[in-house]
Amino acid sequence: MRNDGTLNRREVTSVLLRDPGDLLVVSGLGAPSYDAAAAGDRTLNFYLWGAMGGAAMIGLGIALAQPSRRVLVLTGDGEMLMGLGSLATIAAAGVQNLAVAVLDNARYGETGSQPSHTGLTTDLAAVAAACGWANTATARSMDEAETLRLRLRREHLFAVLRIAPDEPPRHLPPRDGAYLSGRFRRAIGVAAD
Amino acid sequence: MPPRAWQGEVFAALKAARIKQVSYVPDAGHAQLIASAHADPEMQTVVLTTEEEGIALAAGAWLGGQRAVLLMQSSGVGNCINMLSLPVNCRMPFLTLVTMRGEWAEFNPWQVPMGSATPAVLTAAGVHVRRVDSAEDAAEIVAASAALAFDSAVPVSVLLSQRLIGAKVFVK
Repeated sequence: MRNDGTLNRREVTSVLLRDPGDLLVVSGLGAPSYDAAAAGDRTLNFYLWGAMGGAAMIGLGIALAQPSRRVLVLTGDGEMLMGLGSLATIAAAGVQNLAVAVLDNARYGETGSQPSHTGLTTDLAAVAAACGWANTATARSMDEAETLRLRLRREHLFAVLRIAPDEPPRHLPPRDGAYLSGRFRRAIGVAAD
Repeated sequence: MPPRAWQGEVFAALKAARIKQVSYVPDAGHAQLIASAHADPEMQTVVLTTEEEGIALAAGAWLGGQRAVLLMQSSGVGNCINMLSLPVNCRMPFLTLVTMRGEWAEFNPWQVPMGSATPAVLTAAGVHVRRVDSAEDAAEIVAASAALAFDSAVPVSVLLSQRLIGAKVFVK
C-alpha cells in the first residue's frame, strides 16, 4: 500500500461541513481541528488539541446522550489508529446517529510527515468493517467526497477520505478546553446541569 | 458469587446521582454492578476494549448533557493517564469506580505493580482519590464522590479495596 491520496484536505473539509445546520462535530487533534476551524468556527464544533485516540469515543458519548441529533467525528489516520479499539466499541454500542470521517494522508503530518500504518499496510475502512460497521466507504475524488457529505449525516458510516500530504497554513481554533466544552453545552441547551 | 448488599447500594447511589452511561472493561469485582446496569432500562452500557475509551466516552456524555461512570480494575488505570488530560483541561466531571488488585492476598504477581501505583498515578494525573475499605461505607463514599465530581466538575476516582471485594481465588 502507498499513499495515493490526491484530495485537498481543506476542500474536502469545506464540502463535508458545508451547511452544517445543527450537526455536532468533534475534530481530532492536529490538522483535522485546523481544517474544521478553517471551514468556519461554530459553537457546535468541539475541537481536540490532545486526548489522542479519543475523538470517536467522545462522539459516541454525545451520540448516546443526544439520540435525536447527528454527530460527525472528523479526524486523521494517526488519531484513528491510536483509537482502533474504539471502532469495535462503537460498532458494539449500536448507535445510528454517529458517523466518522477520517482524513487519511497516510502520515503523521504534525510531527514531520512520518509514514503511518495506513500508508504501509492498514486499511482503516476494512478494519471498521471487520469490527462490525455495516457501512464503510473510501473516497478518492471530490465527487465521492460530495456524496459522502450527505451519507455522513444520514448513516452510521465510517468513511476514509484519501487526502494529499500537503500541509495548508494552520488555522488555529480556540484551545481552552473549558471554554470549548462550555460553549458546546450551552449551544445544545444542557449547560444547566 | 451471591449478590452483595453493598454493591446494590452502590448501584442505587449511581442511580440517585443520575448516571445514565455506564462503561466498563469487565472485572469480577464489578460483575454485579455491570449486570444491574445492563438490566436497567434507564442506563446505557458500553463495553470497552481499553479503559481510556471510557474517559473519552464520559467527556462526550457530559458534552451531550448526560452523566457517565467508568468501571475498571486497577490494572486499567495505567491505560488512562494521557486521556485524563481531557476532563482536567475541559473542567469536566469524571467519575470512575476502580476495583483494586495486587494489594490484599493477591495470587497473581502481575497485578501488584499497577495496583501499588494506582493511587499515586491517579493523584499525579489530577484525579481526586477516595477509597472504600468497608462495606457499610461504600454507598456513602460513592454518593459523595459523585457529588464532588458532578457538582464541582472535577475528576474523581473511588478505589474499592481488594479486601472489600474479596481476593480472587485461583484453583489449580
